[in-house]
Amino acid sequence: MELLEFARGPALKVALVVFCFGVLWRLVGTVLLRYHRHLSEPRDGYFKAFMLGLLVGGSRSWPHKQYIKRTGYGEALGYAYHIGLFIVILFFAPHVLFIKSLFGVSWPTLPSGIVTIIAVLTFTLLLAVLFRRLAHRVLRRLSNFDDYFSWFVTTLVIVTGLMATAHFGARYETLLAWHILSFDLLLIWYPFGKLMHAFYIFPSRIINGYFLARKGAPS
Amino acid sequence: MTTAIREQTVGEVLSANGVSRRTFIKFCVSTASFLALAPGMGQVIAKQLLKTKRPSVIYLSFQECTGCLESLTRSYTPSVENMIFNMISLDYDDTLMAAAGKQSEEARDAAIKENYGKYLVVVDGAVPLGNGGVYNTQGGKSAVQILRDTAKGAAAIVCVGTCSSYGGLPYANPNPTGAVPVSDIITDKPLINVPGCPPIPAVITSTLVQYVTLGVPALDAHHRPLAFYGNTIHDRCYRRPYFDVGKFAKTFDDEGARNGWCLYELGCKGPTTYNACATVKWNEGTSFPIESGHPCLGCSEPSFWDRNGSFYAPLAAGLIGSLAPAGEAAGVGAAVGIGAAALSRLRSRARTQSRAAEKTASKED
Repeated sequence: MELLEFARGPALKVALVVFCFGVLWRLVGTVLLRYHRHLSEPRDGYFKAFMLGLLVGGSRSWPHKQYIKRTGYGEALGYAYHIGLFIVILFFAPHVLFIKSLFGVSWPTLPSGIVTIIAVLTFTLLLAVLFRRLAHRVLRRLSNFDDYFSWFVTTLVIVTGLMATAHFGARYETLLAWHILSFDLLLIWYPFGKLMHAFYIFPSRIINGYFLARKGAPS
Repeated sequence: MTTAIREQTVGEVLSANGVSRRTFIKFCVSTASFLALAPGMGQVIAKQLLKTKRPSVIYLSFQECTGCLESLTRSYTPSVENMIFNMISLDYDDTLMAAAGKQSEEARDAAIKENYGKYLVVVDGAVPLGNGGVYNTQGGKSAVQILRDTAKGAAAIVCVGTCSSYGGLPYANPNPTGAVPVSDIITDKPLINVPGCPPIPAVITSTLVQYVTLGVPALDAHHRPLAFYGNTIHDRCYRRPYFDVGKFAKTFDDEGARNGWCLYELGCKGPTTYNACATVKWNEGTSFPIESGHPCLGCSEPSFWDRNGSFYAPLAAGLIGSLAPAGEAAGVGAAVGIGAAALSRLRSRARTQSRAAEKTASKED
């Protein structure tokens, strides 16, 4: 079996199995955790508290104007590379074909040249993110293996993808195999590291918003 | 008589056959061009050919369909076809030779004896090893025995076609005859693979000419001449610009396909296939499969037929078959999550109860 076939076949299968197992384990396990019991009645009723919670899910995704000078750069970096990742993952034709082969759904794609430029920008932003983490005294102290490894697996997929597109460093089939294997690695790491934030971020904001709204805190 | 002709140089044989100098030079220059050699190398090839004695060639056919030999003998320029047979002394080819049976076997044995250590063996077809090699026998000998006997005194082996190079169709799953490529059997001789199903005629002839004039060409990791197998079909494909701008044919012969859009979505294996189809093309440079609207099948690659899943599945597609195992894993994950949450709740409740008990006890104290 060639490396490319291994990457597209057994390795991908194992990675998907680990990913699905891990994500459901952590999601269900977290959702069903025992919450602190609120004995008081919600200030403005359950429905309003829930709606305000939803609002917090969105409003807390934007930098607070009071802190924007201090946090703006980091948040802008974060937004920019996430948008880049979304475009590269969702609008590169071979990626859409990959998704179609798994789930049977597809959508229009962007020209490969544009996606490549966005991928290069995304890679640059990921480097800036790493530099910021290393240069920022507080952030550096807060960082652990999980932060760096999550950055590594994300960046590795982008780098190997760019190498495959540019046919740089090895033969195309080898580069494509590396790219898919790096994605397989990302899938395996996903549920157990901070990449899981993709699943947690909005539910946790909404739930926190709901609890605060029950107490009458403004959204 | 045969020996006398074999002793002649290529130049002598060509002039005896009435091949004009113009045709000969044209052939040498186009061969140099095919081989991606410097323009001046055409003359070097010509000079070398004119003084080179014609090498003896033994052409062995095993598990094959004769498509490769058809390809070679139907090279698009008749003079090229003639010339390659004038440049080599084809002493044995049981498909082309008039002799049959014992006489043909004698011709092969005589060629081996007379040119021991100097002759070239061209192999067409895979070699079956299953059940002692009974699936392919000639004159009571198995293919593997014939190959071993013939290769012993050979200067080099040229595998023409994917079957002899990598096993091809006979090697495909479930491989009932135990077919293997020549490289699995002969490991101590220079080996040149010219894969393809079939290979491009000009690639076969140019490889032979290069061997005759300049020796074993530069080869890639799969023993293919780099001059022809150094680039992917995708890199040289005229539809490549459409890949770059993201325009893909969705079905065979749809408007996109007819407008020359990329066939990647229809399963084209061009990006992982190394061959000269997109540049040399077929039938006097008329076209190649992709130009005719069909995706590349990757016929010049090892494990052709079995590799990369279906011919019509895009290269980007996963080869996992069904998503059921992932779904089952999700179910198990959810169950483990429920179990973990339940355990956590039990512990939490136990902690609360024990704290309450401690409080009550301290109050009582």
